[in-house]
Amino acid sequence: MRIKPEEVDYIAALSRLVLSDQEKNMYARHLSEILEHAERLSELDTDDVEPTAHVLPLKNVFRDDQVKPSLERDILLSNAPEVENGCFKVPRIVE
Amino acid sequence: MEVQTLIGLEVHAELATESKMFCSCSTEFGAEPNTHCCPICTGMPGVLPMPNKKAIEYAVKAGLALNCDISEFSKMDRKNYYYPDLPKAYQISQYDLPLCTGGYVDIETEDGPKRIRIRRVHMEEDAGKLLHEGWGNNSLVDYNRAGVPLIEIVTEPDMNSPAEAGAFLDKLKAILQYIEVSDCKMEEGSLRCDVNINARADDKSMATAITEMKNLNSFKAAVKAMEYEEKRHREALLEGDPTVHETRRWDDARSVTVAMRSKEEAHDYRYFPEPDLVPIALDKSYIKSIRENLPELPDQRYQRFISQYGLPQYDAGILTSSKYLADYFEQCMTIYDNAKTVSNWLMGDVLRALNENGKDPSDIPFPPAYLVDLIKYVDDGTISISIAKKVFDEMFANGTDPGAIIKEQGLVQISDEGELLGVIRQVIQENAPSVADYKAGKKKALGYLVGQAMKLTKGKANPQLLNKLLERELN
Repeated sequence: MRIKPEEVDYIAALSRLVLSDQEKNMYARHLSEILEHAERLSELDTDDVEPTAHVLPLKNVFRDDQVKPSLERDILLSNAPEVENGCFKVPRIVE
Repeated sequence: MEVQTLIGLEVHAELATESKMFCSCSTEFGAEPNTHCCPICTGMPGVLPMPNKKAIEYAVKAGLALNCDISEFSKMDRKNYYYPDLPKAYQISQYDLPLCTGGYVDIETEDGPKRIRIRRVHMEEDAGKLLHEGWGNNSLVDYNRAGVPLIEIVTEPDMNSPAEAGAFLDKLKAILQYIEVSDCKMEEGSLRCDVNINARADDKSMATAITEMKNLNSFKAAVKAMEYEEKRHREALLEGDPTVHETRRWDDARSVTVAMRSKEEAHDYRYFPEPDLVPIALDKSYIKSIRENLPELPDQRYQRFISQYGLPQYDAGILTSSKYLADYFEQCMTIYDNAKTVSNWLMGDVLRALNENGKDPSDIPFPPAYLVDLIKYVDDGTISISIAKKVFDEMFANGTDPGAIIKEQGLVQISDEGELLGVIRQVIQENAPSVADYKAGKKKALGYLVGQAMKLTKGKANPQLLNKLLERELN
């Protein structure tokens, strides 16, 4: 397998996920399969191909600098686990 | 061993658009928390961001003013990290194809002019604001700022002292103000600066590991933090102490930098092209029209102030360091012709009063015409220069017209010989010992007697006339 369980650990930590050993093994297998699948592309000769960031034939889609009404705060905060003083309340993140 | 300090800066400037980078929420500062938010800037599933045309224009303008090349093809990328100030868990930024590359800013140093290279200027969105104080084991999050357009200006490590970095920051702020793309209000977080600093042996045989300092919210704090780190790095290099690449926080209250926990710097941003935004391909004519419409920049205005107004280099440098100050000066010059006198007032009392009150030149509380009036009252002898300083303090405190202050407080200078002679005789009578000292050859006693006469007239005596009459009376 290309992806080892330790690498799954690292990726999980970046995404703040806690995984069981069983899940780690499963994701290691899944991620490896995805990479192996994508690796087939390297069979093609791409020396003369510009890197592609987007496949749509679109560019420069902009809007004018105009203010429109924002959401009602009560609606915005309705999904918040905890609210205080009109703010989202989260566990303290600095010492 | 000769040691060199290397400093590179990353400066974030909020662009002065009305609405956010990818949605139509207001960017206005100081609103009630979480009232300038919508599904786009708070990262709800299924929403589609759309870039603000004005923000692109401002970023191009900044790039051109900083002598950068503007990319004809540019794209936005996702920078992924988990932090509560980032509602989407990614920031839309630019990675490998920034909008502007390869510019420079010229600064003045002790050893003459120096060019600081700009590596890149890219666009991104701001994060929300975290409130840590007073909430115990919690932090509060206000997302009003999330999605406000920013440019990030990245320099090469070309600055060799905190003073040079300070000069660069001042110059950069001036340029951004001149081109009116950012209000540059540091106290509102419109301009923030990250520092990368280390020390290296001149022969490049050894170097310390780079320290990063994030989000220094005033230039003064940035320079102090750099001075502290410069010393720490130089000592480590000279002592041969091992150093590690780390992020340190500036503790303003204690004037030290503190290493942040390594947990907070597990950075692996996993950049990838933002799938919701199509590329930006600006045509040459668009870039050309922005270039042609760039206003006069600080360096050009500096040269003009010297040639047009005959100001010394020093004066021109200080006045043009702030657009507001330079504008104020030029407004004065439309109604008055002695440039040096106006310059002296602005560089002296006006800047002193602003500094003492922690204010910017944009906060001068009275119009240029009032300053010119004050100068004219001195020119025509209505008030003495020392009274003018008092009138100035009053003008600065209340924004009042100097004519009204002079009239209300009866500050008109006493230039009437008869009135002054009366005062002088009283002083001579009441200060016999000093008069005797003066007559015995102690010329210093004259100053004391002048002071007494000033005290009696509450500072209003015409000083030249007072001196002349007093000397005459004593002899």
